[in-house]
Amino acid sequence: MYADITAWHDAVNIPLVDPTSTNGVLSLIWLVIALPLAGAAILLLGGRFADKWGHLLGTALPIGSFLISLLMFISLIGKDSGDRQVTQHLWNWVDVGTFHAGFDLLYDPLSALFLMLITGVGSLIHVYSIGYMEHDPRRRRFFGYLNLFVAAMLMLVLSENYLGMFLGWEGVGLASYLLIGFWQHKPTAAAAAKKAFVINRVGDIGMSLAIALMFVTFGTTSFTGVSHLAGGATDNTLNALGLLLLLAACGKSAQVPLQSWLLDAMEGPTPVSALIHAATMVTAGVYLIVRSNFIFELAPEAQTAVVIVAVVTLLWGAIIGCAKDDIKKALAGSTMSQIGYMMLGAGLGPAGYAFAIFHLLTHGFFKANMFLGAGSVMHGMNDDVDMRRYGAIRHAMPVTFLTFAMGYLAIIGFPGFSGFWSKDKIIETALADNWIVGLLALLGAGITGFYMTRLMLMTFLTNKRWKEDVHPHESPAVMTIPLIVLAALSVLGGVMLAGNWIQDFLAPVVGVAPHEDPPIPALGVTLLAVLVVAVGVATAWFLVGKREIPLTAPQDVSFATTAARRDLYGDAINDELVVRPGKGLITALLGIDRYGVDGVTTGGPIAVGAVAGQLRRVQNGFVRSYALSLLGGVLLVVLALLVVNVG
Amino acid sequence: MIAFWILAPIMVLAALGILFVRKAVHAALLLAVVMMSLAVLYLVLEAPFLFAVQIIVYTGAILMLFLFVVMLVGVDASDSVVETIRGQRVMAILAGLVLGLVLVTALGQITLGSAVGLGDANSGGNIQALANILFSRYVFAFETTSALLITAAVGAMVLAHRERLDPKPTQAQLAAQRVRDYAAKGLHLGPLPPPGVFARHNAVDTPALLPDGTASQASISRVLAARGTVRSAPALADDIEGVQQSLESLGDDAARGQGPAPANTEEDDR
Amino acid sequence: MTATPYVVLSAIIFTIGCVGVLTRRNAIVVFMCVELMLNASNLALVAFARQHGNLDGQIAAFFVMVVAAAEVVVGLAIIMTIFRTRRSASVDDASLLKY
Repeated sequence: MYADITAWHDAVNIPLVDPTSTNGVLSLIWLVIALPLAGAAILLLGGRFADKWGHLLGTALPIGSFLISLLMFISLIGKDSGDRQVTQHLWNWVDVGTFHAGFDLLYDPLSALFLMLITGVGSLIHVYSIGYMEHDPRRRRFFGYLNLFVAAMLMLVLSENYLGMFLGWEGVGLASYLLIGFWQHKPTAAAAAKKAFVINRVGDIGMSLAIALMFVTFGTTSFTGVSHLAGGATDNTLNALGLLLLLAACGKSAQVPLQSWLLDAMEGPTPVSALIHAATMVTAGVYLIVRSNFIFELAPEAQTAVVIVAVVTLLWGAIIGCAKDDIKKALAGSTMSQIGYMMLGAGLGPAGYAFAIFHLLTHGFFKANMFLGAGSVMHGMNDDVDMRRYGAIRHAMPVTFLTFAMGYLAIIGFPGFSGFWSKDKIIETALADNWIVGLLALLGAGITGFYMTRLMLMTFLTNKRWKEDVHPHESPAVMTIPLIVLAALSVLGGVMLAGNWIQDFLAPVVGVAPHEDPPIPALGVTLLAVLVVAVGVATAWFLVGKREIPLTAPQDVSFATTAARRDLYGDAINDELVVRPGKGLITALLGIDRYGVDGVTTGGPIAVGAVAGQLRRVQNGFVRSYALSLLGGVLLVVLALLVVNVG
Repeated sequence: MIAFWILAPIMVLAALGILFVRKAVHAALLLAVVMMSLAVLYLVLEAPFLFAVQIIVYTGAILMLFLFVVMLVGVDASDSVVETIRGQRVMAILAGLVLGLVLVTALGQITLGSAVGLGDANSGGNIQALANILFSRYVFAFETTSALLITAAVGAMVLAHRERLDPKPTQAQLAAQRVRDYAAKGLHLGPLPPPGVFARHNAVDTPALLPDGTASQASISRVLAARGTVRSAPALADDIEGVQQSLESLGDDAARGQGPAPANTEEDDR
Repeated sequence: MTATPYVVLSAIIFTIGCVGVLTRRNAIVVFMCVELMLNASNLALVAFARQHGNLDGQIAAFFVMVVAAAEVVVGLAIIMTIFRTRRSASVDDASLLKY
């Protein structure tokens, strides 16, 4: 239907979104969202009635979604690569004037991979939460929120237009807010939830403006429509769209400059950190950029901005990760950094999109694995998060240690593990694109090796530093089984790259990069990356493993360490640049309101009050005074009558 | 018009007097003068019924009510001359003068012409004519007035009524109280002594004599004591010798059957 | 014989009553001055009745007397009550209802 205006398409080689209608097992696509949504409704509206079985239902429904996703995935693979885009029209959502938006779902290879990640990892984390939240009196509510999150996240990745995506986008924001502040009795948790919510709103402004701009420019917000019409827009419009979408992605994916909420978000329960703030929600920004490839391919300036943001963030997060003693915050820094890698991949164009998604998937596996491992450690250590009071936990918690080690090896890029393949590909592509960016990404890999080794050493190895009354113990099977599954995925996730499967699979969505010869052979890049990581690991071994670790963090440290401990002054920068001018503005407005607006409206009453305060003196209580004024009145009336009658 | 020119100055003077006399009783009496004069003027103005009503209701009832209240509140209560509200007196007099001048001047501007007179209206008798109008045209107002009077009467009773806070003591309780007072404070148990009853004096202003010859304070009213009109009982005995002499000199007359004339004359002198 | 002198006399007595109300402080005397004013108005009414040759003025004067009687009864009862509680018949003493 857009055939006449898509001549530019062949020239720039960008795949269009051009889905066919669903049939067969793919018609069940709506059920994937509906199941967890129904779970959320039942659990949140059911009240205490659902307390006994709420967590079981809340776990069963995402598993049901996973099974449907699996069936659909198999069915999708069975099709020809050209037919792998299907859409399902549920109902007309918005039908106002010239603006029409259907409640449409799109199922294509990109959504399919996300569906597998969200429902798969989500289900595992639900199972894990049964054990982790066992003693929490509000467990049913927790599962209700988790189901709400899963439903919203699925909506985000399945929608066929930006409007539906925005619905999911806001839904995951809400779920994230509710879950970060789940332990709302802690002021820090409540504040962290609020902070995440507010900073996400900044990104959401970008998203909503982008949607509005799309509507103004193209008259539609569907992927199909926008991808067909994008070539007809001016460069400035496309760049503006790209930058607005980048702002949205920054907010949701905790990229600089909207990164500061992610570290505080660790106040939420650990399964939440694993699911929302590591594996799925924070990667929504990457999804957004990859999904909008038809815009970014035509907006090179915006794409460059993506690369800059990505590189800054990957180093920023890695540096923060080096200095944190809180195990979850160290992992959060790492998450920020790894999402930086994904954004870098997404910013590199068709050559990087597939690798960005690939890294997103493997990161989803190993980071969820490590977060859940950290949760298991906290579970055994009386919810202590300070790594300085850990040490030598490997003996007490062997399963957790081994599974965590798999995730560790995967993230630092140990050859053969999943992270090795995905990160290596991104670095390789970055080097081919721009050697500075490539070198910085390589440096980030080295730092990753350092901080992850530090974390590993302080937690599981070195000497025992926990107190006598702490009795670390292995977690129950309901928690360790998800760990084992995720560990296996962390190790084996690399098979997706076998025979360039993932590139070919995603090609209908993100296109195929023209083949370029890298400046350095691929094998050389790989060796270089492994070497850099080895240097990072060795540095950590000499600086952390070989030395005594003090129980409290030493204060006489270098400026760099102090800065990293304070999140590279992210909060201070926000305070200076936004909060303080904002407060000043509000104070000024308040002054104007109080003395200007209120002065006008209350000035009259005040004047009346002052006059009345004097006039009431006339009411002196003496009857004779009143009688005198009465007589005065009579006199006036009589005189007036005389004047009228005589004059 | 002769009656008017005689009565008008009297009325104005009496009314002015009300402004200046200090005692309420005097004011009431001056008001009576004004009202009586007014009644006469009503007669002159061919209103014989109002003449009667003015005397009976106003002078007879209302003014008596005034005097009654004046007695209750205190005959001696008189206004202080000092004005308490600043400027009130000056302003009042000024306003009054202006009002009077304006009214009089205004009245001087118009000419009423000669009066129609009530000869026709009163031809069947003033009272009959009034009754005719009152019970036909003004009957509703008349009935409303009755409601007003009832309300006023009830209101006055409610206002004047004093609620008794404790039950009225019975005779037995009063007697018991007297005995208790005697036991506790040594108060005299019996009734107060009566005034002195002497051969030549038995009025309430004469105290009784105690056995030692002194006067009993309890035997006379406190009001009389305050007025200083109490006789000294022992002094009554001062002229006893003269009396005895006269009695002796009269002893012969008494034998002849004559009464004690001089004693009567002496009492009249006092 | 015109009614003018009567009306002028009525005006003078009314004014004197007014000034009395304004200057006297004994509540009873104030009341008397009010009666003086009522009487003055009665005089005017009766004089005008004769001037116009009908009896409506006399009826009005009659009603004024009735109302005055009712007013005096209630007013004096109020004065009594106030005197009983405050031991004072001065209108200036009852001045608590003010600002």
